[in-house]
Amino acid sequence: MAEYFHSVTLEESLCMGCTNCIKKCPTDAIRVQSGKARIMNERCIDCGECVRTCPYKAKVAQTDPLELMADYKYTIALPAPTLYVQYDVGKFDRARIMTALKKIGFDYVYEVARGAEIVTEASNRYLAEHREIRPMISSACPAIVRLIQVRFPSLLPQIMPVKSPMEVAASNARREFCEKNPGVSPEDVGVFFISPCAAKLTSVRNPIEVEKSSVNGVFSIKSVFFKLLKQMGKPFESENITQSGFSGVRWHTIGGEAKGIRSDNILYVDGIQNVIKIFEQLEDDKLSDVDFIEAAACPGGCLGGPLTVENLYVARARSFRLKSSLPKMIKEVQEIELDNSSFDKYPEHLDVTTLDSDISKAMQKLQLMDEIYAQLPALDCGACGAPSCRALSEDIVRGTAKITDCVFVLKERVRSLAKEMMELEDLIPPTMENRK
Amino acid sequence: MSEAIVKLHYDIDAEDFTTAGEASSGVKKTLTRLGVNHEVIKRVAIAMYEAEINAVIHANGGTADVEITPERVTVIIADNGPGIPDLDQAMTPGWSTATNLVREMGFGAGMGLPNMKRYTDEMYVDSKVGVGTKVTLIVNMNRQGA
Repeated sequence: MAEYFHSVTLEESLCMGCTNCIKKCPTDAIRVQSGKARIMNERCIDCGECVRTCPYKAKVAQTDPLELMADYKYTIALPAPTLYVQYDVGKFDRARIMTALKKIGFDYVYEVARGAEIVTEASNRYLAEHREIRPMISSACPAIVRLIQVRFPSLLPQIMPVKSPMEVAASNARREFCEKNPGVSPEDVGVFFISPCAAKLTSVRNPIEVEKSSVNGVFSIKSVFFKLLKQMGKPFESENITQSGFSGVRWHTIGGEAKGIRSDNILYVDGIQNVIKIFEQLEDDKLSDVDFIEAAACPGGCLGGPLTVENLYVARARSFRLKSSLPKMIKEVQEIELDNSSFDKYPEHLDVTTLDSDISKAMQKLQLMDEIYAQLPALDCGACGAPSCRALSEDIVRGTAKITDCVFVLKERVRSLAKEMMELEDLIPPTMENRK
Repeated sequence: MSEAIVKLHYDIDAEDFTTAGEASSGVKKTLTRLGVNHEVIKRVAIAMYEAEINAVIHANGGTADVEITPERVTVIIADNGPGIPDLDQAMTPGWSTATNLVREMGFGAGMGLPNMKRYTDEMYVDSKVGVGTKVTLIVNMNRQGA
């Protein structure tokens, strides 16, 4: 099997080996070893917390280079709704941004906001037809789906089996483009997502809900921001190519998805640590009166994504302004748009926590872990490279660390060694006694 | 090496709803590390949380002792509270002696003991009025039957 690809990686030359990132990681996936942060790939959920927190910008979310467009005869841009509020909305409206995307080389622009409207319709239908499990959890945030896979496997059946707006937008965009341009073969069309998100490249290369993603590449908002700005300053007539209303556009803010669900019992939560608290409640069967949960790994939702340019709160203020100027929807969702919007396959449990596949051995290891933990200072200082004393004791049991990695244990050992040396130093061989 | 058994002990604080659930949360983490099936973990967590909340609401707290073996998880929640005068009545869904204040906080729906029974394979209630209550909850690792 090929090694699991995920998008958050370390730019080793920039890493100072500090411990900021290990403390923020919600899945304890980072260790500092030999002066560099090491990401444990199977544990990483691509939430982007470390990207946000690294003072040296050594944590990067991989995206594709714009040159990838040259590999295709035709190209389609899928702008995330987040793109629209990266610019002053009073100055550059959506139609202008979309037209500028064509000016920088895309043949066609299809809004992910339209994909979002389709997903809302599909989700509402699913909720109406399936009343047995509540609440259902949005599958739109890829980091959240992966968080459930590694940390909350009992919630797997609660994941809404509707593809992400990006995926739905991509398949509809390609279909629409080929319909409008007879003779174009679908393989000749490259579909590119313009992304605020650290995890989206992972969902394109290693999709959870489909065998093969309909998206051919992911470009960061950062990488197109200035190119678009330069174009928008030039005189040209904006094309009227917008397809979605505010109900799709508002998905960029937390709550934007949940508010489209036909229920009064919705919950939305943003920021990975807050999401974890809600999921812990769900695990205990609390909140079963809620119909739908929207959860976003980033603070504020996608507007808080690490690949954005504008500050979350400034962007959110612009989103408020859009609300009054946009219609709720431009057109109803058609049946053909809903085709293939359900999951082709389902996310599975990814076990990264079990100490040993044999439960008796796992119990012995757990006891050993507790014994080791008792020797540690419980300071959670991170100087050993693990995020907490608990994590270090687990690493020791797993054989990837040793107890003297703890500076306090090491210091204690040195002290007792020094004491022993002093005692030995005092001892004099009998032949030497009383000699001068 | 000793017999494969993991023992955990927790004190349940009195009238502290904010920390209620900490013991069941700790047990959940331990069971996850042991690679226990997540359905089993869920059942233990829900039943234990209910018992913990009961001890907080009715009995000024108590203790939780957990024993994990490769075959089963046994949770014993013990308190020195008022005891249950009529166990059959207490087992009736919806029946509760919780105060209005407790109900306003979203607890006391009268589903505690029925839920514990529902999520466990075996449940024993040992209660003496004026002395206290001991609830034993057992969940088997490999559930036989339904």
